[in-house]
Amino acid sequence: MSRGARRLHVDWTRCDGHGSCAELLPELLALDDWGFPVSRTGERDPEVPAVLERHARRAQKACPLLALRLIPAVTRAP
Amino acid sequence: MALTLTTQRLLAGLDHGPAPRLTAGGLVDLVEASGLTGRGGGGFPTARKIRSIGRRPVVVGNAMESEYLSRKDAVLLRTAPGLVLDGLEILASALRARRVLLAVGHRIDPGPVREEVAVRRSPVEVRHLAGGFVAGQESALVNRLDGRPGLPGDPLVPVRERGVDGRPTLVVNAETLAQLALLARYGADWFRSVGTSEDPGTFLVSLTGSTRDVVPHPGVVEVPRGTSLRDVLNGAGTPVQRVRAVLVGGYHGTWLPMAALDAPLSRGGLAPYGATPGAGVLHVLDRRACPLRTSADVASYLARESAGQCGPCLNGLPRMADTLARLAVPGADPRLSAEVERLQALARGRGACAHPDGTAHFVASSMRVFAGHVEAHLRGECHALGGAA
Amino acid sequence: MSEALWALGRGTGVVALVMFTVTIVLGILGRSGRSVAGLGRFGVTEVHRTAALTGTTLVAVHVTSLFFDPYAQLRLVDVVFPFLGAYRPLWLGLGTLAVDLLLVVVTVSLLREKVGPRVFRTVHWATYALWPIALAHAVGNGTDRTSSWLLALAAACAGAVVVAVGWRLSPSYGERGWSRTPRRLPSWPSP
Repeated sequence: MSRGARRLHVDWTRCDGHGSCAELLPELLALDDWGFPVSRTGERDPEVPAVLERHARRAQKACPLLALRLIPAVTRAP
Repeated sequence: MALTLTTQRLLAGLDHGPAPRLTAGGLVDLVEASGLTGRGGGGFPTARKIRSIGRRPVVVGNAMESEYLSRKDAVLLRTAPGLVLDGLEILASALRARRVLLAVGHRIDPGPVREEVAVRRSPVEVRHLAGGFVAGQESALVNRLDGRPGLPGDPLVPVRERGVDGRPTLVVNAETLAQLALLARYGADWFRSVGTSEDPGTFLVSLTGSTRDVVPHPGVVEVPRGTSLRDVLNGAGTPVQRVRAVLVGGYHGTWLPMAALDAPLSRGGLAPYGATPGAGVLHVLDRRACPLRTSADVASYLARESAGQCGPCLNGLPRMADTLARLAVPGADPRLSAEVERLQALARGRGACAHPDGTAHFVASSMRVFAGHVEAHLRGECHALGGAA
Repeated sequence: MSEALWALGRGTGVVALVMFTVTIVLGILGRSGRSVAGLGRFGVTEVHRTAALTGTTLVAVHVTSLFFDPYAQLRLVDVVFPFLGAYRPLWLGLGTLAVDLLLVVVTVSLLREKVGPRVFRTVHWATYALWPIALAHAVGNGTDRTSSWLLALAAACAGAVVVAVGWRLSPSYGERGWSRTPRRLPSWPSP
């Protein structure tokens, strides 16, 4: 796992299915039947490849509900 | 009930004397050696949970009994409230907890445990809380204890890092606490003397049936881990030939068909079936009940019990339950099968808690185990309703 | 020099009003979740923010140039405390009030990740007060017998906002354009 790799995390307590994220990061996100983001990679928090990092940040800033976060790809297990 | 194979530990009703006090290190070593795992549904190794909690935590006992078919928390708090309190006090003193609380669900009478708290002047704060299926979820419970609506929080910041009063919080199921209370007195070897080597000890089973015929005396029994499903059913007087399947774990659990009757009720024994002991629920499905109808009803209940906070759950579960309900009518559109599959996949990994995942797992289990029945329905037949057996 | 400053002050004021009109209309459009051809949803949000910051910058120039213009008779206190001014104190006071509100809204918006979505959203509601106050200030302070064009512009801005707010209040505004069950929102913020 590369150092500094990030994952895109959706805070579902905030997400209201606005959809700007899927517009800016279509490689990683699609929208479901009700407008809520779905990870295309099968992971809950999709890993963001380095080439998409800039787009992921833009998507994070674009969310009007502050529902997106870029988190470290490797988290400590309990 | 006449179940002769029970090993009565929690339900023995004995006076075990005062609970010992342990150091944090001693506690972790003991629990690790015992192999005790959580009895609330998650089955997480308890030693790891205790070891990872921060300094001066808040300890919360979870007796919410939010699993609809479960009655074990109620039985424990009626017959052995002292053991649950012992478990809490042992944890609280070893971890030097700031506060220790016991959350009691609305279906349970808090009287006996409150009385016990008063008698022993326990520091445990008993809170009697309303709430549905999701209310026992640990972050929802923490929010509720802090005076906020009982909605699950974002798991990115787990309650073990920030929970009640913003402090690291250890949430432990009532039965796990009771097991710990005996473990602390009699030791790891004693604990391991029943059960399997990878899943030792006993557990409480809430046995229910879809009709009185298959489970004449529903109730809670204590059995060693690894007891076969057949033995539990036989002990309960269940006519095994009348059984189509048994739901193991709870409403987020897995169906075991009658071919799996000899499966041991342990983590290792159930794993090949994609199942876990879960919250100890065993719900027996009568052969005369349409399994798809039953599954649709459960899915519908689970959809209604959504906290309503996360879009994929709030919208996805009702649609999935609805689709399953339409499939439960013989002569259904064949495309509904694929639609159920699509919707259950869509529910996984999305939402603040595991409710959509658990519901999807249950629906997938129903579709898999009752696949033959699904095919019959698509042909316009229902084997349970007087069609070919 | 004074005339140049006065012209700069009026010019930036007028354009700032247009910027804030665009901001509020795009804010309502953005909240609706509707996509706009060529902008998408994300574009609506980004242009909304750009217009807001542009308007804020223009207001800064507007206040500064008028502060240094002796004709406007602006004291330092008038920049922050409303209704104490010398030239048309009521309308000037509205301008000061608008600047105060703008400062709060912009600061909180720039710090939205720190303050969290609930505080951000609550403070943002103040924009529905900010805009009419700014409009009233523009009309009251900026117009006289020779500025029918400014009145016409103000009317156009007001029209746009009225239409947008009307849509905002109508049932068809809905769940960001999707057919779905409204979420149950916690009345307390998540930590």
